[in-house]
Amino acid sequence: MKHLKAIIASIALFAMFAGTAVQAKVEIQWWHAFGGRLGELLDEQVNKFNASQNKYTVVHTRKGNYSETLNAGIAAFRAGQHPNILMVFEVGTASLMAAKGAYVPMYQLMKDAGQKFNPNGFVSAVSGYYTTTDGKMLSMPYNSSTPVLWVNKDLMKKAGLDPEMDLSTWKRVGNALDAAKAKGIDMPFCTCWHSWVHLENFSAYHNIPFATKANGFAGLDTELSFNSPVHIKHIQTLGKWAQEGKFKYMGRRNEAGKNFRAGECMLMTESSAGYAGIKKEAKFEFGIRHLPYYGATEAPQNTIIGGSSLWALSGKSKEENKATAAFLAFLSKTDIQAKWHQDTGYLGVTTAAAKKTKSSGFYKANPGTDLAGIQMMRNKVTQNSKGLRLGSFDQIRGIIDEEMEGVYNGTKTAQVALDSAVKRGNVLLRRFERANK
Amino acid sequence: MEKRVFFKGWWLPALLVAPQLLISFVFFFYPSGQAIWNSLFLPDPFGLKTEFVGLDNFRFLLSDPYYLASFKTTVIFSTAVSVSSMALGLYLAALADRLIKGAGVYQTLLIWPYAIAPAIAGVLWLFMFNGNIGLASYYLKALGYEWNHTLKGDQAMFLVILASSWGRISYNFLFFLAGLQAIPKSIIEAAAIDGASFWKRFGTIVIPLLSPITFFLLVVNVVYAFFDTFGVIHTITSGGPEQSTTILVYKVFSDGFVSQDLGSSAAQSVILLVLVGILTVIQFKYIERKVHY
Repeated sequence: MKHLKAIIASIALFAMFAGTAVQAKVEIQWWHAFGGRLGELLDEQVNKFNASQNKYTVVHTRKGNYSETLNAGIAAFRAGQHPNILMVFEVGTASLMAAKGAYVPMYQLMKDAGQKFNPNGFVSAVSGYYTTTDGKMLSMPYNSSTPVLWVNKDLMKKAGLDPEMDLSTWKRVGNALDAAKAKGIDMPFCTCWHSWVHLENFSAYHNIPFATKANGFAGLDTELSFNSPVHIKHIQTLGKWAQEGKFKYMGRRNEAGKNFRAGECMLMTESSAGYAGIKKEAKFEFGIRHLPYYGATEAPQNTIIGGSSLWALSGKSKEENKATAAFLAFLSKTDIQAKWHQDTGYLGVTTAAAKKTKSSGFYKANPGTDLAGIQMMRNKVTQNSKGLRLGSFDQIRGIIDEEMEGVYNGTKTAQVALDSAVKRGNVLLRRFERANK
Repeated sequence: MEKRVFFKGWWLPALLVAPQLLISFVFFFYPSGQAIWNSLFLPDPFGLKTEFVGLDNFRFLLSDPYYLASFKTTVIFSTAVSVSSMALGLYLAALADRLIKGAGVYQTLLIWPYAIAPAIAGVLWLFMFNGNIGLASYYLKALGYEWNHTLKGDQAMFLVILASSWGRISYNFLFFLAGLQAIPKSIIEAAAIDGASFWKRFGTIVIPLLSPITFFLLVVNVVYAFFDTFGVIHTITSGGPEQSTTILVYKVFSDGFVSQDLGSSAAQSVILLVLVGILTVIQFKYIERKVHY
């Protein structure tokens, strides 16, 4: 009995000390959307930060896909249970920006914490997305990618095609698909992120507006405009390919990536960040190409980013904000960024990281990995190719996906579907404008 | 003939009904009141500011063709789930009721799927019909049938109905079996001696005697199809393709928690509340009259 008391006492004592030891470190929460290979790489970054100093601990939690993470963050904010750092994909940017008071702007956070932070160190095509019109950076770019064309060279050979053939225009891609279909290839073409690749990036790439008011950058009273003849032509082409069995629809997000990695799909349009998974799983020779365009227009403009940025949510103590600032500054370090870029296929978001990667000879050793960066920065950006800033955009993407499904399954023409998507989307934009006046 | 107990004074009965009233208030009246209140506002997602808009949320909804379409989707879905799961449940119960050997084993196995949560059931069926790795879609393809529920609305609808009915068959089976076993054997035997065939006996004796249970199950299954199938739809189709499997309750969720449009979501809850109220009144007023107890 005496022993037992002694044991309990010592356990209690130990727990007390252990408790204070833990409390001495400031713990902050980071909610994100990365699983699989990307999740492992993210975990590695967090561990590196936690081991690099002894004042702060970052705890990361995966909250599901991008939309689920954003929604979990918003719901938690309403309940006052939100994390310090929330990963928000580019689509949610306008919603966050409009919610003044829900976040601590990045420039402010860094200034308050006394962190050295140079917003000009970021590639402008990326940071422009997260910066106000008067040049204040609101969130920290984390992962940014742009769509490219992925090629399964083995299937190209099987289709009797030269795996190095010119695939720069959709017309040439169409010819390749015809040949593949004729040779009995089951899935000549597939794509991820339909709206992002085939409407949003398509618009920027062809230098036509996706929405009025500089794609929403110039005001909340923007209206969608992706039902122009060029857009319709492209979506109609996709619909035709779907009807002819050359394009297989696998889902709205990146479901098709599975088919490509399994060696079933010959050509796939997907984010450059598909690299991490493809490199790990593909048992065939693959290639990376620029996103195709329509030769009828002039040489392509640039593509825009997808991916996420990290927002420091408000309502946290000064100590915790300091920890957040320290962690975000750590993430923007050149070696961390360069490694992330090389491992994942996301763009090097700081110029220093891109330079370091180039000088290390990585692009030479892994041909094609530099294409995404080139494609994004090939021209001076125009009003149409700067990016998108539209409210309720996750929901609008849902509408676009629905309407495009109608085109793929043959119940709607591209004209009808895109007109309807524009009309339905505009209703939501007006509602967003009203709620955020 | 009714037994009634009378209490003297008021505090004891008040005390006895208090827990029920409290629960009703906390879990029903308070949230319903909140929904009605919120349906009159247009808040921003973060809850930082809000604007009173009167009935605008309702006007917005009723002018949305996709919202109106989701009524039709709900009717098709609920009818299919209730009818198919009740018919199969009754069929299996009739078979199991006649078993002489191993009845316990069959019954246990038939009840098993009920223990599986809707979301898990959804994932199970999704795996089988997955376009990449699904066994069912693989065999269908071998038979020359192209399965792609991410694109074809009717296939998606079939799949969510299948997954939702599956666990429900067990539940209905259980109640029908209990109902069948409660029917006195002597009545059935008397009819058999009079020369009534199995189907004649089933139609004129068993079905009428089962009507109270059938009515109960109808109410419960419709409520289930309206509200509890959320997990199945969320895991399998997320309401797609082209909102072809977006039933009313799923739209409440997707507009409220995916799109963060809480005003519209609250207005939908209010409409749903009214709708279910009407449905319940109809069931008890008109269908219950046809039930023999």
